Amino acid sequence: MDVGAVFVVTTLARALAFSTPLLWAALGEIVAERAGVVNLGVEGMMIVGALAGFVVAQSSGDPWLGLAAAAATGAVAGALHAFFAVIVRADMYVSGLALTIFGLGLSGLIGRGWVGRPLDRSMEFVSLPLLSQLPLVGPRLFQGQYLLTWLGLLAALMLWFVLHHTRLGLVTRTVGENPAAADAAGVRVVQVRFFAVVFGGLMAGVAGGFLSLAYRPSWGQGMTNGLGWIALAMAIFALWDPLRAVLAALLFGTFFTLSFSLQDRFAPQLLTMMPYLFTILALTLTAFRKGGRAFGAPEALGQPYTRGER
Amino acid sequence: MIAGFRLEQRGSIGPLRTWALSLGAIVVAMVLTGVLFAAFGVAPLAAFATLVDRTILDARGLSEVVRRAIPLMLAGVGLTLAFRARFWNIGAEGQLLIGGVAASGVALFSGLPGPLLLPAMFLAGFAAGAAWGLGPALLKVRLGVNEIITTLMLNYVAIYLVRWLINGPWKGRSLSGFAYSDVFEPAAWLPTIGTTRLHWPTLTLAIAAAVFVAWLLTKTRFGFEVRMMGESPDAARYAGVDSFRTTLVLVLVSAGAAGLAGVGEVAGIHHRLVDPASLSVGYGYTAIIVALLARRDPLAALVTAAFLGWVAASGDVMQVALRLPSQITGVTQGLVLLCIIGVEPFLRYRLVRVPRNAGNGPDGVRPVPKGVQ
Repeated sequence: MDVGAVFVVTTLARALAFSTPLLWAALGEIVAERAGVVNLGVEGMMIVGALAGFVVAQSSGDPWLGLAAAAATGAVAGALHAFFAVIVRADMYVSGLALTIFGLGLSGLIGRGWVGRPLDRSMEFVSLPLLSQLPLVGPRLFQGQYLLTWLGLLAALMLWFVLHHTRLGLVTRTVGENPAAADAAGVRVVQVRFFAVVFGGLMAGVAGGFLSLAYRPSWGQGMTNGLGWIALAMAIFALWDPLRAVLAALLFGTFFTLSFSLQDRFAPQLLTMMPYLFTILALTLTAFRKGGRAFGAPEALGQPYTRGER
Repeated sequence: MIAGFRLEQRGSIGPLRTWALSLGAIVVAMVLTGVLFAAFGVAPLAAFATLVDRTILDARGLSEVVRRAIPLMLAGVGLTLAFRARFWNIGAEGQLLIGGVAASGVALFSGLPGPLLLPAMFLAGFAAGAAWGLGPALLKVRLGVNEIITTLMLNYVAIYLVRWLINGPWKGRSLSGFAYSDVFEPAAWLPTIGTTRLHWPTLTLAIAAAVFVAWLLTKTRFGFEVRMMGESPDAARYAGVDSFRTTLVLVLVSAGAAGLAGVGEVAGIHHRLVDPASLSVGYGYTAIIVALLARRDPLAALVTAAFLGWVAASGDVMQVALRLPSQITGVTQGLVLLCIIGVEPFLRYRLVRVPRNAGNGPDGVRPVPKGVQ
C-alpha cells in the first residue's frame, strides 16, 4: 500500500479528532458574533461543560447523559453572559472574562475530588455505514472517530444553511450588522442576541463534553488548556462562516498533528506551544489576506444595542 | 419596567459612587464566599474571623498578604494603563513569566559583578516583558489583529517555554530529578524584611510604578492620548493622535511592568527559575481583576492588589487552619469580577419616579444624546 497515502489519511483522521472540540465551540461563537455579541467566556463555558459532563457520565454510567449535562451547563453559563452583556449591557469583554475566570475557579473547586480518575464508560468510536467499507480510508478515517466529530460537521452544514438561507438566519445576521434597522423592522434585537449567546454557550459546553467524555475521558483542572480561546480565534479566521470554520478546524488539526511528527527532533514542551503559535499565525494571515481590515466581521460586533442611540 | 419608575442614564459618575459600588461588589463576593464556606460545613463568620486573625492581625500572615500583592500591584498597574486605551492585554501572565526568565538568565549566566546583578535583572525583566507585549501591539496597530487572543496565546507559549528551559537547557546541575534551574548566587537575591518573604525593593518599585503611571495618565500629553483612544477612538483620530506610537509605548510600559513582577518572584521568593505554576500561580490573570476592580486607576490598583493579595494568602490559611480546599480562592476571584459586572448598571443608570400619565420611553430607557456620556 502506498505509504504516502496512508500517512495523509492517518494525519487527516487525527486532525479530525483534534479539531472536533474547536469546531463545536467555534460554531457557537460564530452564531453569537453574527448576532453582534463577543463571548470571551468560551473557555470558561467549555471547562464547566467538561466537568458537568464528566460528573454526570460517571455517576449515571451514560456518556450521552453526560453530554446533555455538558450542553445544559454551557447554555446556563451562556445565559449568564447574555444577561450581563445583552440585557444589562455591561461591558461584554469584562463579562466574558469574568465567566472564564469564574468557570475555571468553580470547576477547579468542584472537580478536585475527580482529578485523575478515568471515566468508567466513555464515548465509543462509531463506524460510518458504507464509508467504512472503502479501501484505505475506510478503516483509517471512517471507523475510528467519535459520533460527535461527524455531528460537528453536520452542525456546521446546518448552521451555514440556517444563517444564509432562512429567515431566522437573516434576522440573526441583521441584528449583528445593523441592530437599529432590525429593530425598526420589528425584530426583537435583545431576544435574538440573548438566544444566540445561549446557543454559543451550549455549543461550548458540548465542546467541553467532547474532551472529558471522548477525547481524554477523564477530568483534569484546566483541561481545556486554552482551546476555548483558540475557538474564538477560529471564528475570526473562518470569517464568521460555519463552512469555513470546518476548513479552519481541519487545517488547524492537521498542522497540530504534523507538528507531532517532529517529536524526535524537538522537546515535547516546544511542540505543545504549536497550537498557540498557529493561532497567532492564522490571525495574522487573516489580517494580511484582507489588507489589514477586519473584513467580514459583523458591522455591530461588540457594540451593545440601546434603542434610540443612533 | 417597574410601574411608576424608569431607568435614566446618568450624565456623569462621581468617584465616591464608583468606590462605594466597588466596595459593594467586594462585600457581595465575600458574602457568596461565606455561603461556600457554609456549603463545606464551616461557619462563615468564624472562618472569616480565622482568616483575618491569621493574615491581617498576624505579622507573618500580613507579610504573606503583602508579598502576594507585590506582583499583583506591578502587573495590575500596567494593566490599568492598557485598559484605559482599551488595549485588552490579557497576557500579563506570560509577560510576568518571561520577565522571570530574563532575570534568571542574567542571574545564572551573565557573570556580572554582584552589585550590578540585581539592577541588570530588573532591566532585563522589564525589557523581556515589554518585548513579549510588542508582537501583539504591532499586530494590533499594523494589521488590526485581535490583541485579546494574541496576548493570551503568548501566555501558553511562555508557560511551555519556561517548562522547556527548566527541563532542558537550564535544568539545574545540582538537582537531579527536579525540574528547576540552579539556585542563583546570593548577590541575585532580593533582600527581605526580617525572616519574611516580603521583598521590599520590589514593593517600593511597585508603588513607584503606580505613581509613575498615574502621573503619565493625568499630567502628560501621552496620558491624554491614551485616555482619548480609550474613550473616543474617533475623536482621537481626528485630533491627530498617533495611535501607532501611543499604543506601542503604552503596551511596552504595561507589559514591562508585568515583567518586573516576574523578576520580583524569581529574585525575591524562589531564587531560581521554577515551574510556571509555582512561579506565578495565576498572578497575571488576577491582575486583570485588580485593574478592573480599581476602575482602571493605577493608584487604586495598589489597594485592590492588596485586597486580592489577601484573598490569595487566605487560600493557604484555609487549607491549613480551616481544612477548606484552597481552590475556593479561585471561585472568590471569579465572584469579585462577576460582582463588578453586576454593579455596573447601578453606575450607569438610576431609577427615576415617573409622574402618572407622563410619557415613557419605548423600553423605559430615556435616550441620551451621544456626546453626553
